[in-house]
Amino acid sequence: MPEPGPIVGTSPIRKEGLAKVTGRAQYVDDITLPGMWYGATVRSTIARGRITSITFDPDLDWSQFTIVTAADIPGENCIVHLTKDHPCLAAEFINHPAEPILLLAHPDKSALIAAVEAVHITYEELPGVFTIEDSEVGAAGDESKIVWDHPGHGGSANTFKTFLMQKGDEPLPDAELEKIFAAADYVVEGEYRTGAQEQLYIENNGVIAEAFRAPDGSLDSVTVSGSMQCPYYLVHALELVFNLPAEKCRVIQTETGGAFGGKEDFPSVNGSHAALLAMKSGHPVKLCYDRAEDLIATTKRHPSRTRHRTAVSRDGKLLAGTIDVALDGGAYATLSAVVLSRATIHAPGPYHWPHLTVRAKAMATNIAPHGAFRGFGAPQSLFALERHMDKIAHTIGLSPEEFRRRNFLSTGMHTAAGQHLSDPVDMQHLLTRALRESNYHAKRAEFGRTNPTSTIKRGIGFAAFMHGSGFTGSGERRLNSLVKVELTAEGRPRILVSSTEFGQGTNTILSQVCAQTLRIPYDEVLVAQPDTAIVPNSGPTVASRTAMIVGKLVERASESMLATLAPYLANRAGIADFDYSAACEVPADYTLADFKRAARAYLAQHGTLVAEARYEAPGNIFWDDDQYKGDAYPTYAWAVYVAEVTVDTTTYIAEVKDFYALQEVGKVIHPVLAKGQIEGGVAQGIGYALYEKCVYVDGLMRNNQMTNYIMPTSADLPPIHVYFEETPSIHGPSGAKGIGELPMDGPAPAILNAIEHATGTSFTEIPLLPEDIFERMTRTPNSGSEDLNATDLDTRTETEVPA
Amino acid sequence: MTQIDFTINDEKKTVTAPPMKRLLDVLREDLHLTGAKEGCGEGECGSCSVLMNGELVNSCLVPILQAEGAHITTIEGVAALTTQGEKLHPIQQCFLEKGGAQCGICTPGMILATHHLLDKYPHPSLEQIQEGLAGNLCRCTGYMRIFDAVQQAAATPTPP
Repeated sequence: MPEPGPIVGTSPIRKEGLAKVTGRAQYVDDITLPGMWYGATVRSTIARGRITSITFDPDLDWSQFTIVTAADIPGENCIVHLTKDHPCLAAEFINHPAEPILLLAHPDKSALIAAVEAVHITYEELPGVFTIEDSEVGAAGDESKIVWDHPGHGGSANTFKTFLMQKGDEPLPDAELEKIFAAADYVVEGEYRTGAQEQLYIENNGVIAEAFRAPDGSLDSVTVSGSMQCPYYLVHALELVFNLPAEKCRVIQTETGGAFGGKEDFPSVNGSHAALLAMKSGHPVKLCYDRAEDLIATTKRHPSRTRHRTAVSRDGKLLAGTIDVALDGGAYATLSAVVLSRATIHAPGPYHWPHLTVRAKAMATNIAPHGAFRGFGAPQSLFALERHMDKIAHTIGLSPEEFRRRNFLSTGMHTAAGQHLSDPVDMQHLLTRALRESNYHAKRAEFGRTNPTSTIKRGIGFAAFMHGSGFTGSGERRLNSLVKVELTAEGRPRILVSSTEFGQGTNTILSQVCAQTLRIPYDEVLVAQPDTAIVPNSGPTVASRTAMIVGKLVERASESMLATLAPYLANRAGIADFDYSAACEVPADYTLADFKRAARAYLAQHGTLVAEARYEAPGNIFWDDDQYKGDAYPTYAWAVYVAEVTVDTTTYIAEVKDFYALQEVGKVIHPVLAKGQIEGGVAQGIGYALYEKCVYVDGLMRNNQMTNYIMPTSADLPPIHVYFEETPSIHGPSGAKGIGELPMDGPAPAILNAIEHATGTSFTEIPLLPEDIFERMTRTPNSGSEDLNATDLDTRTETEVPA
Repeated sequence: MTQIDFTINDEKKTVTAPPMKRLLDVLREDLHLTGAKEGCGEGECGSCSVLMNGELVNSCLVPILQAEGAHITTIEGVAALTTQGEKLHPIQQCFLEKGGAQCGICTPGMILATHHLLDKYPHPSLEQIQEGLAGNLCRCTGYMRIFDAVQQAAATPTPP
C-alpha cells in the first residue's frame, strides 16, 4: 500500500466556501416556499403561575389566522430530550418567562406583530425561584419553592440530576476523608461562580415546516427544514408531538449560521412549533425568531456555583478534595443531566488527586431552560478549578506553575473517574512550552516591577486543562452511529452523514478523510445535505465528536469502499472477462481516472455501491454508569492557555492584551480550520470572562439585544497565538482528536488569574465587568471576590522551576 | 407606497414600496438578493451591510426612501462576471483561502466592510483593520483568520 496522499494535514478550501463568499449560501430565512405562511409565538409574561384566561382582541379578524394551542397537538404535549417534563406549549402552568403558550400563522409576516399583542392572557401568579440557592430551599422541603418535581425521571424536587464521583475503587468514607483534612498542613476553600452565556450565533434560530395529508385527510407526515445541529434529535421530538413513526418525520438541515450548542436541543422546540402551524394551516410555515425573541426564549449556558475544599501538604501535594458543583438548569431538564456529567468529570482537571469526592447537581429555577453551549459544563467546573489552583498556590507559598507541576496527571496515572491514561499525556511539557512561547516568566517579573508605579496594572496568568472527545461515558455505545459513503453515477464518492456543517468544518474535514483514504483528490468528494430521508444517523453534531468519531467512521466506510473496488482497480487494462470475485489487493498506485473507471465498472455490474461503517466501541474502553467510574471519554485533548491583561485603575476596564493557546489535539486534519476553531473559541472565552452578561429580572433576560449583550468585536480582541502539539490517537482518523469545545474551557480562568496578578485582588465570579472590578477594588469587599491573605501580589516573586 | 429608482450592482431598478420599508427587506423580498442577512435588526451586527454610494451602511437601518438615486453594491455584485464565467474578487478569494469564512452568515457583510476598508486604506495597518471591521460581528472566527484574509487581499493587485 502506498502512503496515503497528503490531504489530511493540509488546508484545502472549505467545501461550501464558494457559496458563502458569494452570498449564494441559502440559510433558512433566505428560502421561500410556494404558498408559505409565517409563524409567531405568544409567550408568557410571567415567570411562574397558572393561566386563568386567554382572550382574543375582537378588533382583529382572527379568521385570517391559524391559531395553535396545546389542544391541537396530535401526540404528546412534550418536547422530549432526556426526560418528558417539557411541554411543547404551556396548557395550564407557566414555569418560565417567555414560555410558549400559543402559536399564530398568517400569510403576511407583518400582520403577526399586532396579532401577538392582541392575545390577552391572564394568570394567577406564583412567586418564582431564580437562583440556585432559592432552588435549594425548595429541594430541602419548602414546598412554596418547589418548581419542578418529576421524580419519575430520575430527579427529585427541584433537582434534575445528581452525580457522585469518588476517586478509587474503594473510596474513603466521609469520616476517613475528614481525617486527611484534619491532618493536612493546609486546607484551602473557595467558591466560584459563572453566569449564563448566550451562544449568539449571528443567524437566529429558524425553521420552515410542511405537513402532508393522506388521501383520507389524516396527517401523513411532517417535514422540517432549518438551522440546526442534530437533525435526528428533531425527528425524535416530532415523533412524540405528532404521534408519527420516525420515517414520517423528515428533517433537513439548511446552511446554518453558527450554532455553538444553541441549535442542539432548541430546534426540537421551534421545529415542533412550526410543524404544528403547518399541520393546522395547510401551508408551509416559516418560523424565524428575531434577535430579541431568540435571546429571551432560547437556551443559554448553565450558570454555576462550585465550591472547593482541598487538603494540601506543605510541599505542595494535593492530599484530598471535595468539589461541590451546582448548575442552574432553568425550568425544564433539557440536557442538564449530561451537561452536569461533563462538568463533574472535568471538575478535577488534569491533576492527580489521591482522594476526591465530587458531588454535582443540576437545579430547577423559573428561568428559560439552559441548554447546550460549547464546552457543555466543562468551562464552569474548570473555571472554578483553575482559579482554585492559583489560590492554593498563593496560600501555600508556591508559584502557580510549581504547584501545578507537583500535581499534574501523566501517562499511566488514573483520573479521578478511574480512567487509566494509557495514551501519552505530558502536561509538564505543555506548561513549559506555553510559558516559553508567551515569555511568561520575564513578563511576570517585569509587571511586578512596573505595576506599583503605574495606574495601568499589567498581569499574566494561565490555566491548564483538558477536554474529553466524544460523548461522555457510555454515550457513544448508545448512539451506535452509522456512516455511509456511496458512489454517484459519475463515480464520485458522496458522504452520507447526519453530522452537520455550521462553520466548524464538518464537510471539509470529512471530505479530506474520505479523499485521503480513497487516494483521490479532495475536490472529487461530495457531501450530501443532511436530510433524514437520505442520510443515516451518524449521531448529533456535538461533544467534539465529529472529527474523531464520525471521521473515523468515514475512514472505515471509505476503506470498505476501496476494498470493494479493489478488483476493479486491479483490472486496469479493462480485461473483459476479468474475475472480479477473486481476492484482490488494492493496487499500489492508481490515478483518478483509474478510480472512476473502476467505479463505473462496478456500478455497471451492481447498480449501486454504498459502503457503511457503524461505531464499535474499542474493547478496552469501559464505563460503569451505576458506579460513575471508568473510561469517561475515549481520549482527551490537553492544553495550557496563557493570558496577558491590563486593568486600568482609573476606568476599571480589564482588557486581554495577548493570548497564547497551546494544545495537544492529536493529528490536525486541517490547520487553517483548526486554528480558526481555537481562535473563535478563545474569543468566546474572552467574552465569557469579561463582556457577556445576561441580566435577568424576575427570570427574564432584560438585555435581549446586541446593543446591550456585548460580545467581542474585532477591535476588542488581542492577538491570539495558536500552537498545536500532535500526538496521534488511535480513536480518530489519522490520529485526530476533538477540538471544538476545548478552547472554551481555558480563557476565563487564565484571564482571571492574570487579573489577580495585575491587581492583587482575587476575583471569583464571571462575567467580570468593569463595574464589578470597581465595586470590589473601591468599596465592598464581598461581591464576587475575596481577600487574599497578607501576600503582596505586586511584589511577590515567582519560584523558578529548574529547566 | 413610493416608487424608488436606484442602481443595484450596476443594474437600474425600480421598486414600489412603503417609504419606510427597510432597504434590507427590499433587497431580500422585492429583489430576491438574500446575501445581506438580518442578525439583529438594530445596526449592531453588520451582517446586513451593503455599500451605498461608496459608504458602508447597515441596510436594516436605511428606509428605502433614502435609497432614491443611490448606487448600491451587495455581495451578489462583488464577483465579476466575465466571458469565462464568474471571477471572484480578490477579497472573496482571500476569505476562502485564509479561512475568513466559517459559518458564513457574517461573511457577505464582512466582505463588503473589507471592500470599504480597502477603498479607504489600500494598505491598512492591523489597527485600521480592527477598527474598520468593528461594526461587523463574527462569532465563529475570533477575527484572526479574517485579519489574515484582509491583509492578503490588500497585498493582491486589484482587478481591472
